[in-house]
Amino acid sequence: MDIILSDMQEFITPVPNFVMKSEPIVLKRRPVRQLGHMDALESESIHILREVAAECANPSLLFSGGKDSIVLLRLAEKAFRPGRFPFPLLHIDTGHNFPEVIEFRDRRASQLGERLIVRSMEDSIKQGRVVLRSENQSRNAFQSITLLDAIAEFRFDACIGGARRDEEKARAKERIFSFRDEFGQWDPKNQRPELWDIYNTRVHAGENIRVFPISNWTELDVWEYIAREQLEVPHIYFAHTREVIRRGNGLLPLSHLVQPKDGEQTENLMVRFRTVGDMSCTCPVESTAVNVAEIIAETAITRITERGATRMDDQTSDASMELRKKEGYF
Amino acid sequence: MSAIKSIALDNTELLRFITAGSVDDGKSTLIGRLLHDSKSIFEDQLSAITHTTNKRGMKGVDLSLLTDGLQAEREQGITIDVAYRYFATPKRRFIIADTPGHEQYTRNMVTGASTANLAIILIDARKGVLTQSRRHTYLASLVGIPHLVVAVNKMDLVDYSREVFERIQSDFAIFAEELKLQNITYIPMSALNGDMVVERGDKLPWYEGVTLMDLLENIPIDHDINLDDFRFPVQWVCRPQTEELHDFRGYMGRIESGSIQVGDAVTVLPSGLTSRIKEIVTYDGLLDHAIAPQSVTLTIEDHLDISRGDMLVKTDEKPRVTKEFDAMLCWLSEQALDPKRKYLVKHTTRIVKALVSQINYRVDVNTLNREAADIFKMNDIGRVMLKVQQPLVCDDYERNHATGSFIVIDEASNNTVAAGMICPMEG
Repeated sequence: MDIILSDMQEFITPVPNFVMKSEPIVLKRRPVRQLGHMDALESESIHILREVAAECANPSLLFSGGKDSIVLLRLAEKAFRPGRFPFPLLHIDTGHNFPEVIEFRDRRASQLGERLIVRSMEDSIKQGRVVLRSENQSRNAFQSITLLDAIAEFRFDACIGGARRDEEKARAKERIFSFRDEFGQWDPKNQRPELWDIYNTRVHAGENIRVFPISNWTELDVWEYIAREQLEVPHIYFAHTREVIRRGNGLLPLSHLVQPKDGEQTENLMVRFRTVGDMSCTCPVESTAVNVAEIIAETAITRITERGATRMDDQTSDASMELRKKEGYF
Repeated sequence: MSAIKSIALDNTELLRFITAGSVDDGKSTLIGRLLHDSKSIFEDQLSAITHTTNKRGMKGVDLSLLTDGLQAEREQGITIDVAYRYFATPKRRFIIADTPGHEQYTRNMVTGASTANLAIILIDARKGVLTQSRRHTYLASLVGIPHLVVAVNKMDLVDYSREVFERIQSDFAIFAEELKLQNITYIPMSALNGDMVVERGDKLPWYEGVTLMDLLENIPIDHDINLDDFRFPVQWVCRPQTEELHDFRGYMGRIESGSIQVGDAVTVLPSGLTSRIKEIVTYDGLLDHAIAPQSVTLTIEDHLDISRGDMLVKTDEKPRVTKEFDAMLCWLSEQALDPKRKYLVKHTTRIVKALVSQINYRVDVNTLNREAADIFKMNDIGRVMLKVQQPLVCDDYERNHATGSFIVIDEASNNTVAAGMICPMEG
């Protein structure tokens, strides 16, 4: 039960670290007739964020310290500055997060001067709301219990998340404004039709909407935006030497949660994380990309430049859909 | 950082398209082919579908498996809903709205079509222009998709016959003329073998037009949104009320159409009050000029009472302000339209109570005949007259999609029950 920073209502102070740029500037990106894809995606996401803020009574933004939610925060700055965010940030801490990511999460929230609420799965376990088979098992599947408890505690009617449709097959079918019933459940067969960009945000008491402003972004778009906006990301996204265990088709990072089983060897490899979820099941990929430009190059190769190739590079296409799915809460 | 910039600022265009076809037209195979040949498939996906293909006792790779979605769908062999797919080439980014072709088709296609720049109408070369081809084309024209591609697929099954292709082309052209459709491109292809999708192949030497990918990459889309009429529905009013920004009052929203410059005369609707643009504020700094569909914050010279739901327009480019209008409605809900009930209409950033005061006609989407109707059931399309409690600031849908479209919400269930497109005033 730790709430960092104070309550939003008390914020009649300037947003820290934000200076209104008052001199007219000529943007190099200034469009002549049409926006490029990055500008178009950005504008769509800003529009979505403002719709949530205006129509939902009590939204929150899920911020984990991962790259997608880092992008969401910049989009929220673009949507609401010079004002404050009209919602708090919310993180569901599994207790299995990478320490670097948690450190980054707190630092970023305080730089922005926005309210961060953390609810932890440890508390849910202590309260008996979450029962695990073993201490080391993946906690991803149980996050939703803590999340739903937090939604009930704060009466959030909307949760903004950084999930993308290109991540996973089920996500490809989800709406930008995704309705959840009283039990927090998504019914893919019974979704509200979503036409043009007119969003239906209405819910009854106890129901909830999940909002995904970057639904239409791909992994590559996210990295290009991080580069363009020069956003800081936790350093485990970049290639580093790490002790890992080969298990199945993936690599698992050695930690107090993951130890070699009989017959398994640990290796020191140059790896980076494509996602930064639960430490017990988030696999790094072998990579030499040490900066954003090199990550973009690696990400782009799998989709664009090897048009003539019959087979994609093993190193960069390593992250299977199943693993990518573990990126978000949803 | 210079290396980063050169890649990152490679700001290509974004094209959204929809594929319309019936169950056996090869739609999934076509999408699979586009993704495969543009190298947009991850290896894990490819090995998964290869595995499935082999498990089902077939050889090679069944590309249609790529678009299979949820577990329930795979088990039942059906597609539930609109799925969105993404791929990129060095020229453009693409978003495909993949809509299933069964009885729910109208609802799903209208949903997918509402944001599309382009529609691919798939026709089986063996079958020619069928009733459902006409239905798909009518829906594309109703929603006003700017560009249309008629993909005559399965050319491999008609010996790549030029005669077959040209007959289908002329059949379709007659129908398209009835709908006053322009900008149609006809492409013969075999999605199964990959001819004329990304690669030309060597089976269609008599065809001199573009491949599908050439077209998707190069068709000009800069006129797909209205560039003439400035429309700025206010989403959110920013009043930081801090010491240094005490008087700051920014109107936040997205420019839905047209463009705006500092100093331009604007009118606030529906109130009709006027002022001038003082600043165009963005997080990245002030702009002197902005265009659709940028999201910006506007400040004006005068202190006016403006709130969400109001619209800023250029004083010399005025829309309609009305409490009564005709619209084409596409009914999306299992619960039929009840003309005695009040509904909610969400139009731009405004939500108002509404009543269907008259049902003019229903369209038979197979014959395009108009017929009398008392109610609309799911997938029905027709023209109605609507009365709303507060005025809407709108344009004809055909002139401006953003200010001519609306959704109808059932106040009791909160469901989205219909999509609406505002018709031109008659007389």
